Amino acid sequence: MAGGGLVLAVTLPALARKTHPAAAAAPAPLNAWLRIGADDSITVLVDRSEMGQGVYTALPMLLAEELDVDLQRIRVVAAPVGAAYVNVGNGGQITGTSNSVPDAWAKLRTAGAQARNMLIGAAARQWRVDPAECRTTNGRVLDARGHSASYGELAAAAATLPVPKDVKLKPPADFRLIGKPQGRLDTPAKVDGSAEFGLDVQLPGMKYAVIALSPTLGGKAAAVDATAAEAMPGVRRVMTTSSGVVVVADHFWQALKARNALKITWDPGPNARLDNAAFWASIDHTASTGEGLRAKMSRGDTASALKSAERTLNAVYDLPLLAHATMEPMNCTADVRRDHCDVYLGTQIQDGAQAAAAQAAGLKNDQVDVHTTLLGGGFGRRLEVDFIPAAVEASKALGIPVKLVWTREDDMTHDFFRPPAREAVSAGFDARGKLLAWGLHITSPSITARVSPSTVASDPFDSVIEYAQNFPYAVPNYSLSFSRREIGIDVGYWRSVSHTPNCFAIECFLDEVAAAVSRDPLELRLALLEDKPRHVAVLEEAARRSGWGHPPQGRFQGLAFMEGYTSHIAQVAEISVTGGALKVHKITCVIDCGQMVNPRIVESQIESGIVYGLSAALWGDISLKAGQVRETNFHTYRVLRSNEMPEIDAYSMPSAAPPGGVGEAAVPLVAPAVCNAIFAATGKRLRRLPIASHRLG
Amino acid sequence: MARITVNGKILDIDAAPDTPLLWVLRDHLAMTGTKYGCGMALCGACTVHVDGVAVRSCVLPLAALEGKTVTTIEGLSKERDHPVQRAWIELDVPQCGYCQSGQIMSAAALLQSNPRPSDAQIDAAMAGNICRCGTYPRIRKAIHRAADLLTPDQPS
Repeated sequence: MAGGGLVLAVTLPALARKTHPAAAAAPAPLNAWLRIGADDSITVLVDRSEMGQGVYTALPMLLAEELDVDLQRIRVVAAPVGAAYVNVGNGGQITGTSNSVPDAWAKLRTAGAQARNMLIGAAARQWRVDPAECRTTNGRVLDARGHSASYGELAAAAATLPVPKDVKLKPPADFRLIGKPQGRLDTPAKVDGSAEFGLDVQLPGMKYAVIALSPTLGGKAAAVDATAAEAMPGVRRVMTTSSGVVVVADHFWQALKARNALKITWDPGPNARLDNAAFWASIDHTASTGEGLRAKMSRGDTASALKSAERTLNAVYDLPLLAHATMEPMNCTADVRRDHCDVYLGTQIQDGAQAAAAQAAGLKNDQVDVHTTLLGGGFGRRLEVDFIPAAVEASKALGIPVKLVWTREDDMTHDFFRPPAREAVSAGFDARGKLLAWGLHITSPSITARVSPSTVASDPFDSVIEYAQNFPYAVPNYSLSFSRREIGIDVGYWRSVSHTPNCFAIECFLDEVAAAVSRDPLELRLALLEDKPRHVAVLEEAARRSGWGHPPQGRFQGLAFMEGYTSHIAQVAEISVTGGALKVHKITCVIDCGQMVNPRIVESQIESGIVYGLSAALWGDISLKAGQVRETNFHTYRVLRSNEMPEIDAYSMPSAAPPGGVGEAAVPLVAPAVCNAIFAATGKRLRRLPIASHRLG
Repeated sequence: MARITVNGKILDIDAAPDTPLLWVLRDHLAMTGTKYGCGMALCGACTVHVDGVAVRSCVLPLAALEGKTVTTIEGLSKERDHPVQRAWIELDVPQCGYCQSGQIMSAAALLQSNPRPSDAQIDAAMAGNICRCGTYPRIRKAIHRAADLLTPDQPS
């Protein structure tokens, strides 16, 4: 963190702490997000975490649009923990729910416009002219009399001016950056090895740590014999922390070898007999008895409509546990001193990371600085702070900076897995096949209950019902209910969270409904969405681009639609099944995500969501035996590789609506689109994921 | 102690002979561009060149490297201008970026042995490099683009 200076709009504890008299020469903060140096350097503090989704480019674009500077001049730094940086929709300094651009849309454009206004004000004062006579062009203020000054020359004076309250933002017609493809600001550092991820942090005197985590989830070390490990080269300390047994050594490899030489007697805890059969039996029991009912919403009278329906259809869909499997395993570097702690890590939750580190260090939150690095993937895994305390405890105990790195096996087996879900769906029709009623009952563990127990008591909302609560189809009677069934292990937010299981159940079942009433799946969806022009337009465009109804010889198509993250999205999967072998040839994806900020990044996020969703659909399955996770690395937890990559046709509808989310929008549709295509090809309904658990021939 | 050449510099490495090259680079030489992903040669994040051939440094012990020449992402070019790097920037390939050093080193080795790879050859050569963000379509395009930059007289 570079030194701060005069802080105007918002007080930032982390910056203010480092303010000193010589700060006059430091870059002047125009607001919480912008610093301009006398050397014309322009630094944007980005308060969302860069995990591939492009916030280190899209968010500076919003500010640069109004500030009137060249985007490529901007240097990005990660914001510290601060009140200004809270993501209101997420209730914390959190990167998630695909809302970074929606959250920043007004905020950062306003910040850019205010700063520009202040720079003009400073120039007008200096030149003794009316600010209305001044204009800006790419980092300079000019007036008609020939005055000209760079932002850098004006920044210190501008920073002393009051922040204007009402600034006029550009109309979309004047956008020069927003909506136009721009090169990512983080690309150059990501092609020469200089980009810094948490794993790459180096501090003077730093040592390396590896942790032994209980093989049985929820267990703990009962006895540790470190005799052999402590005698190994480079080993500095073996210690039991709140999360496992940590070995600190001069180098990672020494620490790893020493960890493997530890003799630990594990107390397996309550999960010693937990396996997939056991937790599915408990989910089955809860689903069939209806116990643990937590949320219920309905329109119309679904129960009566189902009872009086001419014909009904029922199906049950099962979704497995999934690992996030970020490319960069969990890691944290901690530097604890007597009254201060620095932590360096990739995190999606800066304030939560601060609190976790403070607690582990025995310090107050404001004594902890969180330095956010680039994230080697997030996908919701880095919303958890479980890998922080052990690093902090080790650094505190040894009095030196410690980098704790989880192995891939630690990461895979000690994830906060996507919860399993059982989704029971029912539909009722009249004699002519018209849909009268739709009931959905979800049985699943609750993430909300763990991460936000206070809201659970007062608010029936649980992330388990997201998307299903906004069921988009015009069915006169609709009911949604959720029974909570915990399975003894922690579950967590996995990219798209419950959009994924709920979209799977809804879109697969709608395909079953279409077949039951002999209607084309596209035509049925269009009929059920006829009053929603954005939904219809997306579906029609996807049908047009994919050649819906006319696949090449030997290939079959499946369709899925979703409304989520205030975006509208449709996918068509084109597949073949030959001798029982599935090949996904092509995914056509059309999204209406409102106003795009950087279409280039939107397109890459669509591709990203499809790859992530397809890996899970085909193979994703975490299984437990005796409370231990059986999948340990990429040979047992298979993910999509380049030679398995389908062709992708991603298209974004032009739209002037406010920006919607993109990062998670494409993930949920892949599994239902592919499974619906498999039905078209084989007549088989796949109601349990992953697809690889079924024989197709 | 082993003597190896890394990015043109002859170095004597004081590390246990079983230390994988990955950790020699990262911990002993502070060259962190090469990434740890799996430790089992399954994901390709640690790909470097040894005597010009793409290898997984996470399973290659220092003892096997005596006298060998290693090139890492830091040594691929001086000015970030290897055709693969230029193509990667032009097409904005990386998302999170964590796997990209390995992807780029695999792509550079592929083009070294096959300056005009087909889609199928690219997919096969790159199948050992996992990307969880889904940059595969852009990687394929960027390798074709890099091939054009390498041999501009024969556009594909």
